[in-house]
Amino acid sequence: MTPAAREARLWYWQRASAMVLALCVLVHLATIIYAVHGGLTAGEILARTRGSFLFGAFYIVFIAACAVHVPIGLAAILEEWFRMPRRGARIVAGLYVAVAIGFGVAALEAVVFS
Amino acid sequence: MPAKLTVKVWRGREDGAFRTYEVPREESQTVLDVVTYIQRCLDPSLAYRYACRVGMCGSCAMTVNGKARWTCRTHVAKVARGDTLEIAPLSNLPVIKDLATDMTDFFDKWTRARGRFAGAGTRRDDFARVEPASAERREADAGIECIGCGVCYASCDVVTWRPDFLGPAALNRAWTLVNDVRDVERRERLAAVAGDAGCHACHTQGSCTERCPKALEPTRAIAGLKRLVAKAAGRGEL
Amino acid sequence: MRRFNDARARAHPSYWAFVVHRVSGLLLGLFLPLHFWALARALHGEASLDGFLHAVDRPLFKVAEWGLVVLLALHAAGGVRLLLIEFGSWSGLRKDLIAAAAGFGVIAGLAFALALIY
Repeated sequence: MTPAAREARLWYWQRASAMVLALCVLVHLATIIYAVHGGLTAGEILARTRGSFLFGAFYIVFIAACAVHVPIGLAAILEEWFRMPRRGARIVAGLYVAVAIGFGVAALEAVVFS
Repeated sequence: MPAKLTVKVWRGREDGAFRTYEVPREESQTVLDVVTYIQRCLDPSLAYRYACRVGMCGSCAMTVNGKARWTCRTHVAKVARGDTLEIAPLSNLPVIKDLATDMTDFFDKWTRARGRFAGAGTRRDDFARVEPASAERREADAGIECIGCGVCYASCDVVTWRPDFLGPAALNRAWTLVNDVRDVERRERLAAVAGDAGCHACHTQGSCTERCPKALEPTRAIAGLKRLVAKAAGRGEL
Repeated sequence: MRRFNDARARAHPSYWAFVVHRVSGLLLGLFLPLHFWALARALHGEASLDGFLHAVDRPLFKVAEWGLVVLLALHAAGGVRLLLIEFGSWSGLRKDLIAAAAGFGVIAGLAFALALIY
């Protein structure tokens, strides 16, 4: 793939994941605002999410979209504001998100699948 | 007692600093009038550029109170802070001396963005028929009045942060050509404007569109290029 | 040598929208692992997650949570504006959308604050 095609694809995937995230965030904000009402305990959270196919599917999509969206944005910030060279910025951003998503999978397991 | 303006003007080559001058204030005075007065009556060593002085050529673009403007079309009354003015060369371009910048990078990037028309017609062919009301022609017409003054380029932070970034003017010109149905180098041009040095580095800060003295919209042109580049990449044409 | 722009060149709404979008994205991106880590504590049992929720049941943390909700709302709404600019063929810098995004942030912030308090 030519560099131009690669950049075009990155741009496209960041926007596509953004569209997915726009919907996920809307749902997430509404859910949080509703759930926090009257205090929040672990029991309340887990009672809703544990074993729920709906929550599981929603969070999988949410996390996957984050995994695509976050590193592309972070890499741009590293290049432009922290003067990192392009390759280094992308590697750092990619590693950071890999770690974050690792935690995300653990969270998913804890909250839905255990 | 005639009113006076206190004008700070950037002076220097490799190093520089502001020097202050006192200029008589006149009615309907433009910033270019002020600079010209300084050079003719106070300090003949001041270097600056202008040509038409009526807002047609774009040569007199400078940074006035922090914003890039055409000095011939900027009334002092409109921008002076009280009785003070600050005049500096355009940002993002190497300073030759005082208020004159080296526009080489600006125009080199125009070339790198393939900002020139490439046609396949000859003198033996009939005129091309271009429907003026077509969507493509209207897009091209919206951007075609650019005179290469450099105000947008000087206003863009991405140009500051990424020295390779082609910049709003070059990309705007590429967009007008991509929308020209007579042009035959569409694919090469889209490849030239893709990437971090091209349209994908634009973050829609909008300073270009905000400051363009001809009310052009490079932000819109660059968004259009992003769409076309994505489509071309999807079809494997890049 | 070349000169660069200062804050005076950046004093317009579209630029502020860019700064808000980038800073909010950065802060949210940095917050994300923490968010996942906290939830993952439930792997060690409900009590473990409850322990965390109890530890952050303090005014300072509540303000920070509220801040994060507002940042999320602003980033999402600002992002929708960018998607409309990039994919729609609307002209201009869509200052109306900047106002709408700010409004959405305010509404989300208010709703969350009310939910926290009541």
